[in-house]
Amino acid sequence: MKILYGLAISLVVLMGLAVVHAVSPRAFEAVERPDPQSFDRATIAHGERLSLIGNCAECHTAEYGEAYAGGRPIPTPFGTIYATNITPDPETGIGTWSQEAFRRSMHEGLDREGEHLYPAFPYHHFAKVTDEDVDAIYAYLMAREPVRNEVPPNELRFPFNLRPLLAGWKLLYLEDERFAALPNADERVNRGAYLVQGLAHCGGCHTPRNALQAERKDQFLRGEVTENWYAPAIAGDVPAAVTWNEKQLADYLSGRWVEEHGVAVGPMAPVAHNLARASEQDVAAISAYIATLMEGDAAEGDAEVTGAVGDRPDSGDIGAAIYAGACAVCHEASPSRFAAGLPLAYSTSLRIPTPLNLIQIIQQGVKPPEGEPGPYMPGFAGAFTDRQIVALASYLRGRFTGLEPWTDIDDVVAEATGERRTGANDAGAAEME
Amino acid sequence: MIGLRVNGNRFETESDPETPLLYVLRNEMQLNGAKFGCGLGQCGSCTVLVDNRPVFSCLTPIAMLAEREITTLEGLGSIDNPGPVQRAFIEEQAAQCGYCIPGMIMRAHALLSENSAPDEAIIREALEPSLCRCGTHMRILRAVHRASKGLQEQASAAGESNR
Amino acid sequence: MTTLGQMELSRRTLLKGGGGLVLYFAISPRRLPAQEAPGPTAEPQQLPGSLSDSPFLDSWIRIESDGSITVFTGKAELGQGIRTALTQIAAEQLRVEFSRIELVTADTARTPDEGYTAGSQSMQHSGTAILHAAAYLRRMMIGFAAEALGVSANDLKVEDGVVVSSAGDKRSYGQLVSGRSLHVTVPDQAGFFDPENYTVMGQSLPRVDIPAKLTGQQSYVHDLKLDGMVHARVVRPAKPSARLANLDTSEVEKMPGVLRVVRDGNYLGVIAEGEFQAIKAMQALQSAAQWEGGASLPADADIYEHLMRLPAVSTVVHGPETPTSPPGGARIVEATYTRPYQMHGSIGPSCAVGHFQNGQLTIWSHTQGVYPDRTAIAEMTNMDEQAVRVIHMEGAGCYGHNGADDAAADAALLARALPGRPVRVQWMRDHEHQWEPYGSAMVVKVQGSVLVTGEITSWNYEVWSNPHTTRPGPAGNLLPAQLISGAFQPEAPTNIPLPAGGADRNAVPGYSIANARVVEHFIAEMPLRTSALRSLGAYMNVFALESFMDELAFAASVDPVEFRLARLEDPRARDVVTTAADAFGWNDWARRPGHGRGFAYARYKNLAAYCAVALELDVDRATGRIRIGRAVAACDSGHAVNPDGIRNQIEGGLVQSASWTLFEQVRFDGDGIQSADWAGYPIMRFPSVPETVGVHVIDRPGEPFLGTGEASQGPAAAAIANAVADAIGVRIRDLPLQPERVRTAMQV
Ligand code: FES
Ligand code: FES
Repeated sequence: MKILYGLAISLVVLMGLAVVHAVSPRAFEAVERPDPQSFDRATIAHGERLSLIGNCAECHTAEYGEAYAGGRPIPTPFGTIYATNITPDPETGIGTWSQEAFRRSMHEGLDREGEHLYPAFPYHHFAKVTDEDVDAIYAYLMAREPVRNEVPPNELRFPFNLRPLLAGWKLLYLEDERFAALPNADERVNRGAYLVQGLAHCGGCHTPRNALQAERKDQFLRGEVTENWYAPAIAGDVPAAVTWNEKQLADYLSGRWVEEHGVAVGPMAPVAHNLARASEQDVAAISAYIATLMEGDAAEGDAEVTGAVGDRPDSGDIGAAIYAGACAVCHEASPSRFAAGLPLAYSTSLRIPTPLNLIQIIQQGVKPPEGEPGPYMPGFAGAFTDRQIVALASYLRGRFTGLEPWTDIDDVVAEATGERRTGANDAGAAEME
Repeated sequence: MIGLRVNGNRFETESDPETPLLYVLRNEMQLNGAKFGCGLGQCGSCTVLVDNRPVFSCLTPIAMLAEREITTLEGLGSIDNPGPVQRAFIEEQAAQCGYCIPGMIMRAHALLSENSAPDEAIIREALEPSLCRCGTHMRILRAVHRASKGLQEQASAAGESNR
Repeated sequence: MTTLGQMELSRRTLLKGGGGLVLYFAISPRRLPAQEAPGPTAEPQQLPGSLSDSPFLDSWIRIESDGSITVFTGKAELGQGIRTALTQIAAEQLRVEFSRIELVTADTARTPDEGYTAGSQSMQHSGTAILHAAAYLRRMMIGFAAEALGVSANDLKVEDGVVVSSAGDKRSYGQLVSGRSLHVTVPDQAGFFDPENYTVMGQSLPRVDIPAKLTGQQSYVHDLKLDGMVHARVVRPAKPSARLANLDTSEVEKMPGVLRVVRDGNYLGVIAEGEFQAIKAMQALQSAAQWEGGASLPADADIYEHLMRLPAVSTVVHGPETPTSPPGGARIVEATYTRPYQMHGSIGPSCAVGHFQNGQLTIWSHTQGVYPDRTAIAEMTNMDEQAVRVIHMEGAGCYGHNGADDAAADAALLARALPGRPVRVQWMRDHEHQWEPYGSAMVVKVQGSVLVTGEITSWNYEVWSNPHTTRPGPAGNLLPAQLISGAFQPEAPTNIPLPAGGADRNAVPGYSIANARVVEHFIAEMPLRTSALRSLGAYMNVFALESFMDELAFAASVDPVEFRLARLEDPRARDVVTTAADAFGWNDWARRPGHGRGFAYARYKNLAAYCAVALELDVDRATGRIRIGRAVAACDSGHAVNPDGIRNQIEGGLVQSASWTLFEQVRFDGDGIQSADWAGYPIMRFPSVPETVGVHVIDRPGEPFLGTGEASQGPAAAAIANAVADAIGVRIRDLPLQPERVRTAMQV
């Protein structure tokens, strides 16, 4: 309720700003699609590696759709936005965009015709990216095969469907400024900072947002809920049983299994899968920068994490029985490297302030990309009643972390499972996993 | 002692609460439909329905099942009177070794009872957790389409007779 | 005749009569109807199909005086539909209702010894034997009826097991056999065959086993329930050939339900009342056991170099002793293809039930060979063969020599440790994945040359491979026998000779290519245990050979289908090729970016079914992922007894081969086999199966049955590889065609 109230006020402000700022940006001429041969190979390859850091394909590809052809629904609090087709198709993609037009979209959030783009496309981060890097991505995208794919129109509620409002939003939150080097950091950390704040747009998920979905600068990377997952804090006090070191971060970010932390899951899984193919130095730089943001000293090491932390509850606990019959086979006794679950004492999901991730993982499981070997956990959607999930989650938190019980657990479970059951897009999918 | 409701019948078992349902079904209740394939939730051979939703019985401890409605392959029909999904599979000859098929039928049944006219992509997605090694996939898909068509015809016939 | 390497049996099983496809055989000229000509007289000593080993009629068919009919086959139902097809043959030839025939499959106490159910030979072996035996029996019945009724045989016909004269007099089979012995040899030319009037053979009858399987009847050995049955699990060494150094079993013995911990050398198992109790005890035993030593495997990435460094027996199996050099002016193409270890990966892990009582051991198993398995188990347990009975019951599809025989051996050892109670043992998923014998990793190197005219001027083909059959018979080939104290040693593996071939199966091109030379390098030492996996070496050889045909066609700028047809003489081969190409629409196929089409053809073993595959697919440039769209296969299996059964096999083989080809590779390193489950060995799931698969069966009524079960493995693989090359313009020669490989190839 409070949120709605805040929203309403902000909206009024936005509208005002929009009116003041109502000069329409100009449109760029439609150009002939540039000849793919006109870009040099090294630039294209560089652009591809950058696009992997930007995670572009993930948003701009529908499930089982053609890469970059758009159409993926992106849920926002204001309705659903459909990612655009960024293949060089002249009619449905960006085939008629000049390099200038593309730069402007990345830096200022305007399409070729001068229409405002929604910040689901994180131009407020991309503004930091150098022209040179943006041009390389342009080269990579324009050298690809065009794919004809008409993307459905956005389904946004009034008044959010009014694009001019975005002018006001930008006035408040968009700083069209390239990255400025950190004064007290070495080149590697600076490279990492450039990527994290810019192209990799980590803050898009990990930084808390205000009511207008703008990231709160003072809370940079301090953890936020996005698309029904909690993106944990990766700066400051980080919820992990063992403090991360650079090497672990680099492995984790490259989609590899890290003994003390497990593997990227949920919306982070495709990010890591893409980073696995990006430049190794860049991933190392990202890790170096992130490590400087985390509190705690990895060099000192942590107390050894073994099996149980809290007391084992008596066997009458339904959570204990579920753990023994459904979880322990992989999390304790697995003979398989791939089905071997993380010893739960290491689990970050048990240590974050909300049970959201735990519930998501229980429901959806963990899956490697189709046809590739990798850590696997079946989804249990449908197997548990809400009460059983609550019992299991409470049992796991108590037994493996010794932290205070989650207080909102009943509501979170009810909402997560209720939503899954009625959710329009993925009701079937989630249940069947 | 845990009381289970399986295919409409009540069954009491002395097994440990953590025992996965699969073993109780197969050994104590002599129900062969659910099969052991991996015990890891990776193959779907053991799929049964709990409150009409597909679950891996190999990873579902009976402690979770007291007073919930469990349906197995046997609950969908018998050899003399197969259920509509079973019949569609038989008509399409959708089996080679057949070991994976009970799990497929259970998943198909759950899908069709929620959505009687799923498209191909939805069917594939719904059956994704189940593996078949014989390569019977194309026939399985045809069987689900056939069952779906049957359900719709039934529904429209019922609609007419109600008029 | 107990090995897979068994030469193909008599191809003159059925022979063409004068003109057309109608075939006639005769029992003896005296009984010949007027219009029948005597069959050609060739090699009378060799009887058709499995009759050559089991010539007596009553080994195959028995008729009781109440008219009930039982047909026996030494072959096993493996999900290939053999039960139905064999019953169809018997029903047709006996002229009785299909449903009246009871078929008994592989059981050492009841059925003939037909060795292994393998090599797509059930129809040639058992089908042919039953065809002749049943036809002969019908002729006998007509003869007896003629005597009894005092009429001429020409005056009699059979209606559902009853011989009827034109005057309406009747004698049922039951009446006619009573008091007579069927223990007679089936003669070489057993009866008359009249494919044009067949009403059962050639029909796509629904499979008899399917309704039971789909409604939860007891269908598999996994489902077998016997009074007093208990459950067992095994614990395998941490690595192959590791030693059990230390084990305290006292805790495990105290666990609820545990009846016996069985330890014998490095062999370890546990028996409990309940199945889950056995599993828990197995887990406890696993963590209590300490293993020492064991073979250190090379890294999977280095396996091909590793294999090629091992000693090999090299043989020129086809063509001139020395390689032909490419003539001047020819385009030379050289290529090296590789295939990793791949697994059978049955969906149901291996399972067996053993019962040891009064010195008699009975084993229920999904083995492919009850007789050879009995020999091996008897040797391992030091028992008399007669005291061991092995009964086949179905398992999940096996696709070759998987863990079935080893699990049967487990059941034998465990049941002997607990006399009087049936012991059911089932492997866990990791046992199956880590201990089944794999399909061998292989390397093929080819050098060939082609003129601009399209003429192939040289062809030098070499294949390196581990064994493709290490089946039991000898106890040493059973895994448990290698673990018990006084371990049995595995028998030195041998290759299966051509024409069927093992490592070199289908290595000889089926095309007319002058001076084609084929060398086989047989590597007996196995870094990983290998044995028969569906189609043996043919999968790899057809993949390599048919990829290379495309490479040559490309070098000569000739359409791949035309290129093949230009050097295919066998009209039946040409037929499957053109049928597949036409059904696919090869000639008016529309090209678009990222999209490719591929074609491949092979006659399995160069002597069984003919199969051609055409398909199209998309390659996602960003991810390297491959999506198969439309696939079309054409197949000629000779006389098609059950066309839908053939379609099912070809289609299933194609999809399975697509999974091997796109995804599958056993992963291992110094710590052992890492592919311990489906997460470590992913196979095709629904979202990636082809959009459609169409199978066109070319029926050849009256022609010999040709093995079909493995015919599409090779062509499917090559068609996919060819289509990928067509889509991305780069050839990938290493299996599987994983996304990463595709991406790397595209960057070149
Ligand atoms: S046996 Fe349960 S999922 Fe495989
Ligand atoms: S039919 Fe054999 S595993 Fe599916």
